[in-house]
Amino acid sequence: MPKDSGIGASPKRREDVRFLTGTGNYTDDINLNGQAYVHFLRSDVAHGRLVSVDTSDAAAMPGVVRIFTGADFEGVGGLPCGWQVTDRFGEVMQEPAHPVLAQGKVRHVGDPIAAVVADTPEQARDAAEAIAVEMEELPAVINMKEAVKDGATKVHDDLTSNLCYDWGFVEENREAVDKAIQDAAHVTTLELVNNRLVANPMEPRVAVGDFNRATGESTLYTTSQNPHVIRLLMGAFVLGIPEHKLRVVAPDVGGGFGSKIFHYAEEAFCTFAAKALNRAVKWTSSRSEAFMSDAHGRDHVTKIELALDADNNFTALRTETYANMGAYLSTFAPSVPTWLHGTLMAGNYKTPLIYVNVKAVFTNTVAVDAYRGAGRPEATYQLERVIDKAARELGVDPIALRRQNFITEFPYATPVAVEYDTGDYVATMDKLEEIADLSGFAARRAASEAKGKLRGLGVNCYIEACGIAPSNLVGQLGARAGLYESATVRVNATGGIVVMTGSHSHGQGHETSFPQVIADMIGIPEDMVEIEHGDTANTPMGMGTYGSRSLAVGGSAMVRATEKIIAKAKKIAAHILEASDADIELKDGQFTVAGTDKSLAWGDVTLAAYVPHNYPLEDIEPGLEETAFYDPANFTYPSGAYACEVEVDPDTGKVTIESFAAADDFGNIVNPMIVDGQVHGGIGQGIGQALLEGCVYDEDGQLLSASFMDYAMPRADDLPFYKVDHSCQTPCTHNPLGVKGCGEAGAIGTPPAVVNAVVDALQSAGKDVTHIDMPLSPARVWAAMNG
Amino acid sequence: MYEFEFEKPSTIADAVKALGEEDAQALGGGQTLIPTLKQRLAMPSTLVSLSGIAEMRGVCPDGDAIAIGGATTHAEVEAATADSYPALSALAGQIGDPAVRNRGTIGGSLANNDPSACYPAAALASGATIVTNAREIAADDYFQGLFTTALDEGEIITNVRMPVPQAAHYEKFVQPASRFALVGVFVARFADGVRVAVTGASEEGVFRWSEAEAALAGNFDPAAIDGLSVDAEGMIGDLHGTKAYRAHLVGVITKRAVAAAA
Repeated sequence: MPKDSGIGASPKRREDVRFLTGTGNYTDDINLNGQAYVHFLRSDVAHGRLVSVDTSDAAAMPGVVRIFTGADFEGVGGLPCGWQVTDRFGEVMQEPAHPVLAQGKVRHVGDPIAAVVADTPEQARDAAEAIAVEMEELPAVINMKEAVKDGATKVHDDLTSNLCYDWGFVEENREAVDKAIQDAAHVTTLELVNNRLVANPMEPRVAVGDFNRATGESTLYTTSQNPHVIRLLMGAFVLGIPEHKLRVVAPDVGGGFGSKIFHYAEEAFCTFAAKALNRAVKWTSSRSEAFMSDAHGRDHVTKIELALDADNNFTALRTETYANMGAYLSTFAPSVPTWLHGTLMAGNYKTPLIYVNVKAVFTNTVAVDAYRGAGRPEATYQLERVIDKAARELGVDPIALRRQNFITEFPYATPVAVEYDTGDYVATMDKLEEIADLSGFAARRAASEAKGKLRGLGVNCYIEACGIAPSNLVGQLGARAGLYESATVRVNATGGIVVMTGSHSHGQGHETSFPQVIADMIGIPEDMVEIEHGDTANTPMGMGTYGSRSLAVGGSAMVRATEKIIAKAKKIAAHILEASDADIELKDGQFTVAGTDKSLAWGDVTLAAYVPHNYPLEDIEPGLEETAFYDPANFTYPSGAYACEVEVDPDTGKVTIESFAAADDFGNIVNPMIVDGQVHGGIGQGIGQALLEGCVYDEDGQLLSASFMDYAMPRADDLPFYKVDHSCQTPCTHNPLGVKGCGEAGAIGTPPAVVNAVVDALQSAGKDVTHIDMPLSPARVWAAMNG
Repeated sequence: MYEFEFEKPSTIADAVKALGEEDAQALGGGQTLIPTLKQRLAMPSTLVSLSGIAEMRGVCPDGDAIAIGGATTHAEVEAATADSYPALSALAGQIGDPAVRNRGTIGGSLANNDPSACYPAAALASGATIVTNAREIAADDYFQGLFTTALDEGEIITNVRMPVPQAAHYEKFVQPASRFALVGVFVARFADGVRVAVTGASEEGVFRWSEAEAALAGNFDPAAIDGLSVDAEGMIGDLHGTKAYRAHLVGVITKRAVAAAA
């Protein structure tokens, strides 16, 4: 029986009432008294030297408050990078300056040259058009392999080349992997592109800067997944404002998918300008601006080789990737193709030798950073594609080849530095075969063929490392931050609870699922618990929400704080009941002396904490409020197996998804409905990447897919009804909830399933097609078929 | 957008007068023009809305044809022609989304003549007459290339007279992002012949595929198209498909249109 409350129940999302009735409070809903508006004049060329920026005519236009250029930010810090990668020669990466407004050069279409602050948005835009920019246009650096050749035009004149780093992992394995591949009975090689994506959350970015002259405090309202991180990065590295004079508020946020993790120039500008002008300054991105200023995702060009012995056991894996950084290093960009990618290359398989080489490259394009899955989709895609190709080359069943090489004993230390605590890949594959009705595929293929369509089946597995991350470990890997999470649990006098968490919900449903955990621990109704997040002024220092970490890390902090609450409450109850606290039991919101009928209600104890008339004041303080910081001992390792069936129209190349099944192991589940929704959304984005989405620059660095007219987002009728199952549960061993995280799984596991299915469909018709690069648009599939 | 004056006349005569002002611009449903203005890619002095002119709205029978007011929305056309001209109704029902269909107008679409729009295919294949405030223009003379028509400055499409074919179908293969036609083919069979109009494919905008028309006149069957092809040169090549792909699709989509109409 499904539970009707607490952990394992599926109450409807309480936040949806305000989201769906237009009563949310998004950043753009915030309007401050007397606020001015900023319009950014952005570069329309990809690469150029700024000869002059003449703002004199523009400054005289109606409503203009002030025009800022790069010169106004000399002496102000640039946007910092939060992760320093060390290359395979022991050298630290090349790290270029990233000014708030362009200084000397523009490096991508959309790079901000000047910022006009005016009384109205229209006046700001009018004046921006009157700024005279003299520019010496330079050749655009777009193709990564060309960019790293000797003599290539440099994106950053003060760096030695366009190579950010050349990373090897595990470098000590390099020669052994080379030898194993040389000696292998069979080697399958695949070259592929992991297509550049634009996150496109429903809500574009917004920033409102404010300054209080009386207190000297700055406030930034912003569309962020991690307001504390923004406060730290912007305060300490860009503007030099200490945390106690800087408040960052991220209210309701309409989706992020990673793109709202990072600290952006517009945030720093609005905060800086508000202080300079003593007036609130607001910026609201248009969708067009979002395409050329939000960090993009993916954009890897990869060659992968899988070596097998004569019995089809995987013996070695070698992969070489060119990873596009774009023009500047976004906040966590260097970590994505390295530690979030290389460490996942073992996948679900016991490949003994793995070597990963990544060359990160600067180009005249928008910065690339984490996007739903961040490195793990890139790892999964290449691994699961090359395994599929190997199975086809060897004439063996792709599922059987995977099963043969599954890791089956846990904990398992991979050759790429991580240790999986739990998992059961056989169980998820068994479950997948059942829910996807794989035994019925042949009949479905015949039915499709009867109507002139080619049907294909694609199956793959995935593993991800979530719940980032142990702070001491990531520190060794180059992170310039800790990755714990925090929670303050405040119990009010009449028993209601407010939890202030450093996690940040921007669609994940924390306001519903987090109370389920606390209500379960205490035995009170969920509606007695509220979640507060997103305001650095009233939440403890937290690291925010990304990497499927909120329940595993933020939830664990909440559990630890609640445990402290319960321990203290038991002491209070023991005092009132005149018993030993060791004998007090808490169940269903009642404190009972074990073995007696003496009991106290939750509300009696919480009231006593704040009206401490009969209270052990000599032992404990009044009040009932506790804070905990939780730093995980390891990553969590969700895993799963996905199956996709497609039909391909041989006349047009059009692919339709006929069915999609996902069997995931997320460990314990708090709210199955929310987990379903997270998986649905992830699969939708995965299908988007596989079939539709592609961010394309031309050779001059112009963004061709600069609007929804050319960048194809998945729509409801592009997607099937999904079969999702998360009954296979191997709980995480090192966090108190046994949870693993589910937010990114769909986006990680889906693209290879779709591409495997399309290749299967084409091969079923005798087409000699072994790979097609995403997105698998009708034109590309048709071209591959008619190669 | 830049500042502009706004007028909403209630008669054609007043609209024509208003459009006589320098840099005045007619506004139909605004589904192309408003985004263009928002991107500051146009700077009209005055927008003259045609949506308040009662005589330009609605659909009525006109002998063997139907007459559609130039300011009639796609949704109105879809509803009003479901019985009288089902292929046209289906075409209107596939344009954009409900918001677009309830604002966008047939006159606006034909005046704009986007090379990927749907209505130009219907008008050309139906052998429509474009009725303006000043004259009547045969569809064969009206479409003159990418975003170019026979309309003079300030001339308004007041009505579109569409002869109703004996059989017809519009087959649309969508561009994945915009869902405009990557290739759209409207076939119409009349007593005296077959007309085939192709949109989305050509750099010159909508065109009649005369070889297909000739073949289908003798044999209105998909097989009649076998062996025929359009020249890839002159087709649109972009992110969403090469010239060769579009040329190939013209054949495939024409066959499907014929199959559905036959």
